[in-house]
Amino acid sequence: MKKRLNLLAAATMAFGLATGAAAATKTFVYCSEASPEGFNPSFYTSGTSFDASSVTMFNRLVEFERGGTNIVPGLAESWDVSEDGKTYTFHLREGVKFHQRTDFRPSRNFNADDVLFSINRQLLEDHPYHSVSNQEYKYFGYMDMANIIDSIEKVDDMTVRFNLTKADATFLANMAMDFASIMSAEYGDAMMDAGTPEQVDKTPIGTGPFILAYYQKDSVVRYEAHNAYWEGRADIDRLVFSITPDASVRYAKLKKGECHHMPYPNPADIEQMKADDDINVMQSNGLNVGYLAFNTQKAPFDNQLVRQALNMATDKNAILDAVFQGAGEVAKNPIPPTMWSYNENVIDYDYNPEIAKKMLADAGYPDGFKTNIWAMPVQRPYNPNAKRMAELMQADWAKVGVEAEIVSYEWGEYLQRSKEGEHDTVLLGWTGDNGDPDNFLYVLLGCPAAESGGNRAFWCDNEFNSLLETAKVTADISERTKLYEEAQVIFKDQAPWITVAHSVVFEPMRKEVSGYKMSPFGKHDFYEVTLAD
Amino acid sequence: MIQYILKRLGMVIPTFIGVSILTFSLIHLIPGDPVTIMGGERGVSAEQRAEMEKTLGLDKPIIQQYLVYTGNVLKGDLGTSFVTREPVMDEFLTLFPATIELAFFAAVFAALVGLPLGILAAVKRGSVLDHTVMTISLTGYSMPIFWWGLLLILFMSIQLDLTPVSGRIDVMFWVDEVTGFMIIDAWLSGEEGAVASALHHLILPSVVLGTIPMAVIARMTRSSMLEVLGEDYIRTARAKGLSPIRVVMKHALRNALIPVITVIGLQIGTLLSGAILTETIFAWPGIGKWLIEAIGRRDYPVVQGGLLMIAVIIIITNLLVDLTYGVINPRVRHR
Repeated sequence: MKKRLNLLAAATMAFGLATGAAAATKTFVYCSEASPEGFNPSFYTSGTSFDASSVTMFNRLVEFERGGTNIVPGLAESWDVSEDGKTYTFHLREGVKFHQRTDFRPSRNFNADDVLFSINRQLLEDHPYHSVSNQEYKYFGYMDMANIIDSIEKVDDMTVRFNLTKADATFLANMAMDFASIMSAEYGDAMMDAGTPEQVDKTPIGTGPFILAYYQKDSVVRYEAHNAYWEGRADIDRLVFSITPDASVRYAKLKKGECHHMPYPNPADIEQMKADDDINVMQSNGLNVGYLAFNTQKAPFDNQLVRQALNMATDKNAILDAVFQGAGEVAKNPIPPTMWSYNENVIDYDYNPEIAKKMLADAGYPDGFKTNIWAMPVQRPYNPNAKRMAELMQADWAKVGVEAEIVSYEWGEYLQRSKEGEHDTVLLGWTGDNGDPDNFLYVLLGCPAAESGGNRAFWCDNEFNSLLETAKVTADISERTKLYEEAQVIFKDQAPWITVAHSVVFEPMRKEVSGYKMSPFGKHDFYEVTLAD
Repeated sequence: MIQYILKRLGMVIPTFIGVSILTFSLIHLIPGDPVTIMGGERGVSAEQRAEMEKTLGLDKPIIQQYLVYTGNVLKGDLGTSFVTREPVMDEFLTLFPATIELAFFAAVFAALVGLPLGILAAVKRGSVLDHTVMTISLTGYSMPIFWWGLLLILFMSIQLDLTPVSGRIDVMFWVDEVTGFMIIDAWLSGEEGAVASALHHLILPSVVLGTIPMAVIARMTRSSMLEVLGEDYIRTARAKGLSPIRVVMKHALRNALIPVITVIGLQIGTLLSGAILTETIFAWPGIGKWLIEAIGRRDYPVVQGGLLMIAVIIIITNLLVDLTYGVINPRVRHR
C-alpha cells in the first residue's frame, strides 16, 4: 500500500504540481480553514467537521440534492409514509459497498443492520456503542430526535421502518442531516470484539465517495477516491485538505496553485480575486439570517407600534454597505430567499425616520425613550461585525429620539444572559440545519422557544404559532408552503425583529476546476469536481 | 555539579504547584463556560447541559475538580480535551515536534545571522556598518510578525516564486507521521525530493519566527563585545601582535558569549512555547495555535495541560542554559 502511494507520488512529482500539467494522479487540494474536531459526524456541529466526515466519507438514507435543499434518495432508494404521518418505511439500495481499509475488509454490502446501528447508537442509552468515545450526540439532541423517534424496526435486510411518536414533517429533512450518516455495523462489531470500539469513530468507514487515508491535526487530511462508490467513482483520485487558518494565506496559496479551492475569503479580497484570470469566484446566498430581536416582554417593546417604528427608523442598506461590504443582502423575512416557502410578496418597512417619529408619538413616546442594543462579541457569517452594526443602529435610532446604549458580553455569557431575557434588544442570527422553514420559524419564533429562550424576542403569537404547528404535522409540501407564507405575513406585521441581512457566500477556486456546486448549507462537496488537464 | 542539578530540579516542584493553581484558576475565572460555547446560537437544554457537565466532570465543586486534576497530573494524566475527547498528552505530543522543528531552525537562523552581525557592529563601532546593523535589528525587533510573514509570502512566494506559501511539505508527498519531525519522516519515507521539500517549507517560517531573536542576539552580542573589547587583556593581546581576527574570535568572543548564551536560551524557551502568529500564518501544526484555540473554546484540560508542559520546557531550557555556562567559560562551575 505504502509502496504504491510512493510510486504514485513520484509519478505525480515527475509531472509537476497537480494544478499544472497533466498528472498521473489527479490530486485536488482544498485549503480548509481549521482542523475537524473528529470524523464521526454524529458528535459534532461545525461545518468544518462535516466537510471532513459526513460530506466526504458518508451517505444518509436520504440526501439533500447537491447544490440545493430538496430531499433526494440516498442509501434509501425510496420511502413510504403512513397516512397518519407516524411511520416511515425506507427501501434500501442494493449493492452499496463500504470502504475497505488495510485493517478491515467488509464482508458484506450495506443493509438494514447498518441503519439500526447508526441511529440506535444515538437513540438508545443501553446500546453497546452509546457511550463509546465519551461524546454526546449533539445534533441528535438539538433536533429532538430522541422524542421524535419511538423505535426503529428491521423489516427485512433491505427495509427499515421508523416509528415516530407523533407526525413530524421535518423528520425526513432531519434524516438527511450529517448526524444521520450511516456507519458500518460490521466494522462496529469487529472493533468491539478487538477491544478497540473507539476506532469506529477515529478511523471510520462509510459508503461515501472518499476514503480517509491519513489525518494530522492542524496540518492535513488525506483521502483517496472510493473505487466502488455506488454513484460512480469520483473523477479525482485524491482529495487533500490542506489546513490553512488564515484567509490571506489561503488566498496566497490559491494564487500560487498550492490549492484548488478555498472557503471563507476576506470580503476585501473578493474584487481582486474576480479580476484574477486564474481564479473563478462563485457566489450564492447563505442559508442564514442576521436579526435584531426586541424583547417583547419589556416595555416599550410590548407595543407593536414601537417595534414597527424602529423597523422604519433603521437604514438597512447603509448597514449592508458598512458591515457586509457587499457580502450580504437585505433581509425582509426571517427565512432566507433560497428556502422553499419564502414569501416574495411580503413588503418590508421602508426607511423613513419621519414616519417612524410620528409612530413613536402615536405610541406615546413623542420624546423617544432610553434602551439598549446588545452586540455580539464574535464574527458570524450572518453578522461579520455586530459592534459596527449596533453603532449604526444607535445613530439611526437617535434620529427619532431613541437613545440606545450598546452592551456586549463574552460570547458564552452573551448567549446565556440573552436567553434569560436580560436585554431590551439583541443582535443575533441563525444558520439553517436542514433546509426546512420549521428550523427557522419554529426554533426562533415559536411559543415553546419563547419559553426555552431560543426565541430571543420572547414573542408568542397564537395565530402564528398554530400555523407553524399545523405545518409541522402536514406532509404535503404545497400545503405547508401556504402555511409558512401566511406566517411570514403575520411576522412582518407584528415585527418582533428587525430582519437585517442574509449573507452572501463567496467561494474562489482555480480556473481548472469544474463541476463544483455550492451548497446552501455552506458545506464543501468535491465528489463531482473535475480538474482540467 | 550533580548536587546543583538536583537542587535545581527540586525547585521545579513548587513551580509546578504554582503554575497548576494559576492556570487552573485563571481559565476558570474567564467568563463563559464550555457547554454554553459548544451550544452556540442553538443553545443547550437543561437536560443536555446536565449530561454534558457530567461527562466533562464539571458537575463537581471547583475545589474537587482541582484535586481530581492534580491527582491525575501526578499520575502523568493531563486529562482529555473537551472538544476532541483525545488525551491532552497525545495531542501535545502530536503537535510538539512541529514546534521543536520550527524553533530549532528559527534559532539556528537567529544565531547564524545575529551573532556575526553583532560582532561586526562591535568591531566596526560607529561605522556605517554598525548603524546599519543596529537599524536592521531595531526594525526586526519591532516588526509586527503577522505583517512581516504576509509580506514575505507575497514577495518570496507569489512575486519571486522562490518558496512555498505555507504547510510543512508539498501535498504530493504522502509522508506518514513516524517521529512527528517532518524532515526525519520525509527521509524515512524514502520518497525522492521529500526532504528537500520539507526544508524548502521551513525557510519562510524560520526566518519570520527567527527575526525577533536574531535582532535581540545581534544587539546583545554587540554590547557584550564592546564591553569585552575595552578590557585590559584585549589590549595586551593586541600589543602582543596577535592578528585582529584571533583577538576578536578567541579572546573577546569567548568572554562575551556568556550573556549572549543566556539570551539565546531565553529565546529558545520562548520559541518552544509555541508561536501563535507564525503558526497561524504558515499553517504550522504547533502548540501555540492549539492553546489559543483551546482558550477560545474554554477547553480547560488543554489549556491547563498545555501550559503545564510549557512551564516544564522553560524550566528545562533554563537549566540547560545554566549548565552550558560551564562549558563556554571554565571559570563558571556550579557546585
